[in-house]
Parts: sequence; C-alpha cells; structure tokens
Amino acid sequence: MNILTPPAAENETPASVPLRAATLRVVGQPIEHDSARKQVGGEAVYIDDMPEPCDLLHAFVHLSPHAHARIRSMDLSAVRASPGVVAVMTAADVPGVNDVGPSRGPGDPIFADGLVEYAGQSIFGVAADSIAHARLAAERAVIDFEVLPPVMTIDEAMAQENFVLPTQTMRRGDAAAALAEAAHRLRGRIEIGGQDHFYLEGQIALAVPGEDNGMHVYSSTQHPTEVQHLVARALKVPDHAVVCETRRMGGGFGGKESQASLIAAIAALLAARTRRPVKYRLDRDDDMKMTGKRHDFRIDWDVGFDGDGRIEGIDFVLASRCGYSADLSAAINDRAMFHADNAYYLPHVNIVSYRCKTNMVSATAFRGFGGPQGMMGIEAVMDAIARHLRLDPLTVRRRNLYGKTDRNVTPYHMVVEDNVMPEMFAELARTSDYARRRREIAAFNTRNDWVKRGIAMTPVKFGISFTFTQMNQAGALVHVYTDGSVQLNHGGTEMGQGLFVKVAQVVAEEFGIPLDRVKITATTTEKVPNTSPTAASSGSDLNGKAAQAAARTIRDRMARVAAKEFGCAPGDVVFRDGQARGGGRAMTFAALAKLAHSVRVSLSSTGYYATPKLHYDTTMHRGRPFFYFAYGASVSEVEVDTLTGEYRLRRVDILHDVGQSLNPAIDLGQIEGGFVQGMGWLTSEELWWDSAGRLRTHAPSTYKIPAVGDVPEDFRVSIWQRGRNRENAIYRSKAVGEPPLMLGISVFHALRDAVAACGTGGQVELDAPATPERVLMAIARRQEAA
Amino acid sequence: MRDTIRFLLGDEVRSISSVSPTRTVLEWLRGEARARGTKEGCAEGDCGACTVVLGEASDEGMVWRAVNACILFLPALDGRQLLTVEHLRGADGALHPVQQAMVAHHGSQCGFCTPGFVMSLFALYHAGTAPNRRAANEALAGNLCRCTGYRPILDAAREACAGVPADRFAASALEIAARLRGLADPEPLEIVAEGVRFVAPRTVAQLADAVLAHPDATILAGGTDVGLWVTKQHRALPTVIAVERVADFARVEERGGVLRIGAGATYEDALAAIERHWPDFARMTRRIGSRQIRNRGTIGGNVANASPIGDTPPALLALDATLVLRRGAAQRRLPAAEFFLGYRKTALAAGEFLEAIEVPLPAAGETFAIYKVSKRFEQDISAVCGAFRLRLHDGNVADIRIGFGGMAAIPKRATATEAALRGRPWTRENVTAAMAVLSDEFAPLTDMRASAAYRARVARNLLLRFWLETTSSAATLVRLPEWESAA
Repeated sequence: MNILTPPAAENETPASVPLRAATLRVVGQPIEHDSARKQVGGEAVYIDDMPEPCDLLHAFVHLSPHAHARIRSMDLSAVRASPGVVAVMTAADVPGVNDVGPSRGPGDPIFADGLVEYAGQSIFGVAADSIAHARLAAERAVIDFEVLPPVMTIDEAMAQENFVLPTQTMRRGDAAAALAEAAHRLRGRIEIGGQDHFYLEGQIALAVPGEDNGMHVYSSTQHPTEVQHLVARALKVPDHAVVCETRRMGGGFGGKESQASLIAAIAALLAARTRRPVKYRLDRDDDMKMTGKRHDFRIDWDVGFDGDGRIEGIDFVLASRCGYSADLSAAINDRAMFHADNAYYLPHVNIVSYRCKTNMVSATAFRGFGGPQGMMGIEAVMDAIARHLRLDPLTVRRRNLYGKTDRNVTPYHMVVEDNVMPEMFAELARTSDYARRRREIAAFNTRNDWVKRGIAMTPVKFGISFTFTQMNQAGALVHVYTDGSVQLNHGGTEMGQGLFVKVAQVVAEEFGIPLDRVKITATTTEKVPNTSPTAASSGSDLNGKAAQAAARTIRDRMARVAAKEFGCAPGDVVFRDGQARGGGRAMTFAALAKLAHSVRVSLSSTGYYATPKLHYDTTMHRGRPFFYFAYGASVSEVEVDTLTGEYRLRRVDILHDVGQSLNPAIDLGQIEGGFVQGMGWLTSEELWWDSAGRLRTHAPSTYKIPAVGDVPEDFRVSIWQRGRNRENAIYRSKAVGEPPLMLGISVFHALRDAVAACGTGGQVELDAPATPERVLMAIARRQEAA
Repeated sequence: MRDTIRFLLGDEVRSISSVSPTRTVLEWLRGEARARGTKEGCAEGDCGACTVVLGEASDEGMVWRAVNACILFLPALDGRQLLTVEHLRGADGALHPVQQAMVAHHGSQCGFCTPGFVMSLFALYHAGTAPNRRAANEALAGNLCRCTGYRPILDAAREACAGVPADRFAASALEIAARLRGLADPEPLEIVAEGVRFVAPRTVAQLADAVLAHPDATILAGGTDVGLWVTKQHRALPTVIAVERVADFARVEERGGVLRIGAGATYEDALAAIERHWPDFARMTRRIGSRQIRNRGTIGGNVANASPIGDTPPALLALDATLVLRRGAAQRRLPAAEFFLGYRKTALAAGEFLEAIEVPLPAAGETFAIYKVSKRFEQDISAVCGAFRLRLHDGNVADIRIGFGGMAAIPKRATATEAALRGRPWTRENVTAAMAVLSDEFAPLTDMRASAAYRARVARNLLLRFWLETTSSAATLVRLPEWESAA
C-alpha cells in the first residue's frame, strides 16, 4: 500500500546544488524512533506518569461560562471551605505579572481580572488534595457576571474595527491596474475553518518548589524557555530561579508552543503559594475549551487573468478570527500572507490582512502557522479560473507555477532560487497517471447519476525559517564521557516528530560511533538556555546544526590528541566505525576519550547555530524571510454521494521533497501524518460555537479527527529521490514538520471537482471544512444553478 | 452475596473491596495499581488511548476483547482477566508480535495513543483471522492517532495479525480459563462503598426484585453511556444495578418467527444474528461506536436510554420490534414505537425494566435498509439515521415502515410519509410526493452535528436512495461502496 522505493531518477541534479558525502553511516538511515520500544511497551514516561511526590496537590481552574462579561463580584468563601482545599488564587494573588502572553503578544491574563473575554477563560485556581476535591471546590464559587454581548464573527469585528493587531499590507507591482486591464476577471470568497490540535496527551504541568524561591516545572511544552521566563515573571523571581524540563510530549502540533505557559504558570503559582508540588492536568473538555486552535480565515479575492488562465493581477483580503488576544497572531497572519502565492507567480499583487478580535479563545500556532490558510485562498482562485475557462484545474496550476529564471519573485520580493515544483508536478502527474484517470473519471461521471468522482493535484511550497529572524538560533550541549559514551542535549523538544533521533544521528555521525552510544536527554533550560520554540519545522535544522557544532568542537580537540599519539596531522584523523584512525594507526573512540581526559583536554562543549542569509523588513514586508523552501505535491481522488454529501477518498499519490533525508522512516511518518491531519482540517474537523459563544465541539464525541477508515487503501507516498537542498542545511536535508500538512489541500479540491461534476458550468461554492453537509449544500447550489 | 471483586490482573489474582463501584478501571490502574502505561485521552470512550483487554473463559479457552478502561467501572472486572500494555512483553522482555510490528512499521510517533493501539491489535491478533482492510478498520476505528496517519499501524496489523495466535497467552489459554472458572461463583455481587450501592444480580428474578426495591436505581449494562455520567458529568450514582451477570440476559435466539435479543446482549453478541437477516442493519451496527464500545454497549441500553440519536431505535421502529418489559414477575409487550415518549423519556414504569427486544424475522419479499449519515464514516454519532422496510404487492406499496433518528426529540416513525406511500405504486413520482410529506412531518434541530436544513434534506434523500436501491439495477451506484469492493 505504501512505498519507500523511489521512482527512477529522471534528470541529473544541477551541478550547482551540492550533495552531501556518500559515506555516511548513520545519517540517512531509516532508524526507528528512539522511544518506539518504550512506547509500545507502555514504559515511556509522560508527565502524568511520573512518580508523584507524596505531598502533591492537584489544581483545577474555574472557567468562564460566558464569552464576554464583567465580573461584578466573586465570593470564593465556599471554595476555600470545601474539603481538601489548600489554596485558592485569583488575579489579585499573583505576586508578579498576571500575564502569559508570548513576548511578541502580551495580553493573556493567567486569571481574569474583572473582565472575561471568552467562554473557557481561567478565572481562579484551586489546589486541593485530589482532583475531585479541587473540581468540587471550584464549582462552589459564587460569581456575579454582567454579561456583555460577544463579538463572534468577522463581520462584527470588521464593522467595529475590533482588531488584536494592526492591519498589514504586502504588495508588489500594481494590482489595481493589472486587474483593470486583464482580459478576464473573477471575484470570490472562501471561508476556511479552524482546527483543534487534538494532541492525544492533554496539556499538563507539574511544578515542584525548591529552596531560594526556586521552581522546577515539568511542562508538556514546545517552548521550555518561554515557560521558564513567564513563570519567573509571574512568580516575580529571576529567570535563573526557574527550571523548565520537557522529556516528551504526547503530540504538540503547535498547540503547546504558547499555550503551555498558562498551564505551567497556574501550577507554579499554586506550588509557590502552598510550598507543595502541584500538578495541573487538563481533561479533554477543558483543554479544548481553554486553549487556542488554528485561526479560521475568510479570504476575498479579485483576480485578473489571460485567456490561458495566467494570473496578471490579484487582490487578496485576508481576515482571520484571532480570538480575544494577540498571542502569535502577528506571525501567523504574516505567514498566511507569505503563502498567499503558494507555488504560483503573481505578477501584480496586493494582500491586505485583518487580524480580527473576537470573543473566543485566542487562536494560536498550528502546524503550518497560517500558511495553509493562505494557500487555500490561491488554490480556490486556481480552481475558479479553471472552471471559468473550462480548463482542467491542473492545467491552470501548471501555467501559473513560479519560473526558474524569470517569473520567480514572491509578493515579498524574495527570489525563489530553489524552485523544483515544475519537475515534481511533471513527475507526479506521470506516476499518478493523472491524465488517464481524469478521462476515466469523466466517463464514470457520465455513467453515474448519484455517485460522482473528482480528482485534484495541488502543490506545496512552504517557506522554512521563523519569519521573526531573531528566533532562528539554537544551542546544544554535548558531553563525551571517558568510556566513550556521549550525552546529548539541545533546545529542541520531542513531541513524536523524531527530532531527538535525528539530532542523535547527527552527533553519532560526527563522532563516527554507533547511535546507541549517544544518550538522548530531556530538554531543560538548565542545560541549554534562551532557546527558541520547537516550531516552524525548524527543529532539526537548528538543533541539528547546533549539536553538530558542539560535536565538532569536541571531535577537533580529540583529533589533536589522536594526531599527537598517531604522529599525523589532526586533519588526517578520521572518526568512523567507533574508531579514530590516522597515520596508519587506530584506537577506539572510548580509548581516545580516556586518553584525552588523561592529558587534560575537555570533552564537553556547547554548540551554537544561527541561520544565515535572513533579513526582513516587517513593516514593508520585503526581504528574505526564508532560508529555503520545502516542496511537495499530491493527487487525491474522491467519490461523493450526491444524496447525502458523504464521500470517500479512493486514492492518494504524494511526492514530497525533504532534500536529502536525515531519516527517511521518520520523514515518511511526517509526510503521511501531516497529509492526514491536513485532510482532517479540511473535511471532518469542524469547530462549532453556539450563539452565546460557547464551543460545543470540545471532545472527540463531537469533534472528529480522521479515523483509520479515512485513510485511502490506495496510498502511494514517495520521498522525492531527486530532492536536494541548495542551502547548507544540516546534511543537506530539508525541514518536514509542517509542509506535508498542506498536501491535504488536494482532498478538498478533489471534492470541489466532484461537486463540479454535479452541474454544468459556473463556479463551485464550497467552504472548509467540507463536511458532508457542506458538500451536499454545494451540490444543491450547483444543481440549482444549472 | 459477595462484596469483593475478584479478577486476574495479568497472571495475578487481585481482589478489590471498599472501593467505589463507579470508579473506573483506568483510574484504578493509574492510581492504586501504579500501572501508568494505559493513558487517558478523552475519558469518554472516543479516543481509545485507554484501551485494555478483558479476557473471559470460553469453551475453547479464552476470548480476549478490547474495551475502554476510561468508562469501565471496576465491578466489570469480576471473574475476568484484565490485560494492559504492561503485560505483553515476554518474561525475557521480548516485545509481543503486535508490539514488534508497531516498531518495525514506525507505527508510534508521540506514543500516547500507542498503548491503546497495541491492546486493540492484541485483541485482533487473538481473533486469529487475517484481517482485510474492513476488518482492520473495524478493529482500530476506536483508536485515534494524531501523528502517523494510520498507514503504518494498518501495515503492522496486517503483518502481526495474519496467522494463528502463537503467543504465550494462546499457549496458556486453557490454564487461564481454568483459573477464571476457579474464581467464579453463582453469588450476586453487592458492594457498598464511598456512597454507592452496587448490585449485580445473577438471575432475572433477582434483577426484577432489585429494580422493584430500588426504582430510582441506575440500571447499568455495558456502561458506554452511564460511564460518561460519572467521568464527564461527575454525577453521583447512589444505587447501581448491573445486568451483565444476569444469566441468559444476553441471549440472542430465534424462536416463533422472531429474533429475541436479550436486553443484556452487546452489539457484538447480536451482530451475527442481525447479519443473517438484515445485512444492512449489520453494516450499520459495525459503525456504532467502536469495537471497544460494541464489546460493552448493549442494544437494550441503546433503546432504554432513549437518546434521539441512538442508531438501533430507527431500525427497530422500521422492523416493528416489540419490547418486552418486566416489573417484578409481570411482563408486558409494547411496540417499539410506543416506547419513546419524549426527550429521553420512556414508557418504563417505576420498578420496570427492559428484558428483551423481539424483532419479527423478515417476510418473503420484504426489503430493509438503514442509512447512518455522520460527519465521519466511523465511530461517529449520526446526524440522521433512517431505516426503511418495504413490502410490495404488484408494484404497489403493501406496507412500508420508516424510522428516523436525529430528526426529532425521540427516535420517530414517519407515519405520515408511510401513509402517503401505502397502497400506491412504488414510483419516483409517488416517492417525490412522499418526500414533501416527510419535510412537513419533521422539524429537526440545528446543532454541532448538522443544521436543520441538512437533516431535512438528507432525510428526504434517504427515502429517494431507498427507492433507487429497490428499483435500480445492481450496476447502478446509489451509495458509496463498502470497503471490500472499493477499488
């Protein structure tokens, strides 16, 4: 069903793109996840599995039932008197700053201070001897609310100019003039729903107070440094008093980038207050009500194009519901603008981005970080142009792809230097047999009145780097012990994506030792400080390079020791197969480590990396925000029941570029998993708020992520064997965390294609998520228009 | 009378007393038993992270079934073997074949869902039938994974579960069964702890007495809904009467032209008999909840619970089922259509309970279909569920019965639509006219599952689909093909 076998190489890679050495032993191997055996045995320890300190308290937080209300008064006497309660804390009890907004977006109170701005907002916290006692106590609060009307829709927010951040504009050329002169012009709108992360492990923190106002926080976070800093600020202690440690998360997907701070801060505040360890674990419902999700977007577009479907000018208006606070919305909405082109050249382009404030939980990072939403806009445009000109949408997509030497400048004025989309499209069109299947589907649809099929091929071009340039740095710490075993630590966090094994592979490769000689350790702010979040697909790129730098520093020192011993030049010492060799002699890595120690050479080093080449003007939206681009393409074929809107995915073909893979097994897992998560976002995953602004889909009974049966039987996934990275990323690999999510867009467009087959001519109006309901209603509109 | 729960935890006999009988197995495992391999993902039986396996003695040895520990109350362990992910490695630490396959196929990324998948795979392994894709889907639909996209897990399932079970559990099945029989006795279980009185009678007469004595008691069958009252609504259940130990209460048998489904029969217990007579009903049943849920949930509970979105009531309405109700020694029979009075309100009197469901076997020439429409194909709650039973005579509708779920506050028959069709030719024109009647007959709600407009449109279209299926040639695709026949 799935194939790791590569298609035969077609053309030679251009000589200008360097390859990595062909002699690698560990890097590039399909090695299992470092914790796989522990995980299948139930032995991998997540925070809730850790042995509990004997005097542990459990936290529970009272959440706002209202989307928008003023707190007139709060009587918590019954809460305090409730059995087992040890402490109750409100905004007034926070010794430091009552805010856990990320540094670039403050405005997220730990406990509401007089005003609640979303249903699910934290109002006060209770620590008790059991979770049942804490919950029972929290329910006994008497709170007098003055309920205010909530702002829930983009229309309401726009009408009231209710924004969390200033409106941004990105432009190149003269879109208005191009639109006015274009032979054809179309306007449209697409609405794209949000998405809950639905990591299987809910948010959790365990805070253990120590001496000298110290606090050790075990947090399920993608951003230990930010947890450390925000906890310190809330406790009013220096950063050095707080340690944040994260061994692994049970999934993150962006949902534990900024959102973990609130959970950690509440646990730490209650721990500091009681001087007892406090665990705060959200159950699924509270997690989904209380913590942020993917932004939903509304995209209005106005496009001018020629008779071949080539875009001449385009105007986009992006509006997203950011919820009640800024959080990471600046960068997320920026990234939506950066990906409004996807893989297409837009000669004259104007993009306006509104960041709407609504009375909902603050929308946050989610795999793709605005990029997927931006792409959904331009892909809707491609589809509309094709329907208008009665062309195959693939034809229109191919005609608009970026060029190699011309038509290669993005709306933010960055030259696309590494464009491989035309080759990947050609290869996938051939291997997926697109043309033949397109004909067969047309014939099928002629024969069948009630079930219709559709097919679509869509590209992904995704910019790799944090667009906030400062964040593109990383540190690592490597120790070699005198028995030759190695301990590795870096600032990246493991959430299942395989970062730890990839970075360990890099270190093993540098020392020429087997992977099992490298011990992977928990991420902690004690070992590597001031780190960036594990986000933006950057984990391997940044931490791999930092760990490589640390390993090389030690290796160079060891090489000098060996050179003296061997009587050769340090540059002639080779580390391979557990040995150092040079001058015709060899010794084991362990023996060399012992020797180095005996001659007083340090076997420990930090390593540091900062991504080169990046510069960006955030006000003009010009520059080079990305080190390189990752590419991919997918073809999906669906079958739709026109009486109910139900559908099934018949076949999927994926070709994805990871440069030269660090670990093809791990990368394949990211590609397949990303695709299915993207498909879920655009199909069955629907967030539904009631008229009072309460989320009503806050558990898996009502919020439907893909299940096993949603995966097609015919699922052909290939890592692009010709993939290279022209930039000097770690071992010439490419980032793979986020880009595959957007491969799921082909499913949405295959559904549009099937809907199109239900009528003749005109446009398809289908928003996301394309639930059976939206599909059926789109079919009805299509049939009624015909 | 016994007040101690006795079971095997792996190989070890355990006894539990003085613990609340509504404590969940998951809480007990992660708390008192200090076995934290089993995870909580949702506490409502929808994600499968808590999946464990319950073993029961059978004639041939052991039957191991996957269940959700998060909504399973402790007394359900009595007389059974509980296996968790910690029990699977061999004595030498070697991985079990299903664990090994998960590693080899890279089926575990973040790992939080993994113990649940491993246990579902363990149950599938012991089913001993090389699963095709549909069977694998059915075994795994109750386990959500957010990382892998499932393909590697499916590959692991096909590789590890392809042969005759040959692990140490299979080797010692007879011995385990004997040990379980040694724990068994005919005594009712009665536990009073932490403010909960729990009674598990062993005969129908004992059950009838208990219900009469405690008319306000919660009657517990599989607990796939009652479990959530505790884990989600944090309700206290002062008195619980469990039916799962009542002899013959789960019996499914054909007699006198009816299929009699004991109120304690789980979906899986009843599936084979349903399949024989109404393949479409069986197809739909396989989509109710998940394997874990169907291993515990009962059709009787689905009926007595009277949820407007339960999936078996529409079928039972269309099939003209009779419900056997019992109060003390007195039995009465009620047509299913007269059972549902209002939102979660039934015709059950105080002290009365559902004893069995009697479904008339299909008459010659009768056609039955049931359609479940939901956002997700598997393990989802219906937006609309429509069941149709038709008898034609000379091209005219001799009789038609239509039952709907999701269209009203109760599972409801479409009597006006039926009347509009009865006695008339079974033609597209008459069906189209009846679709308009159907629109007038129901005023569905808008909620998170579907809008009122969608529900109304789908309900009409399901009638059309039924007409198409009964009148079109087999070559005409009217609904999406089943997994086996999907290309």
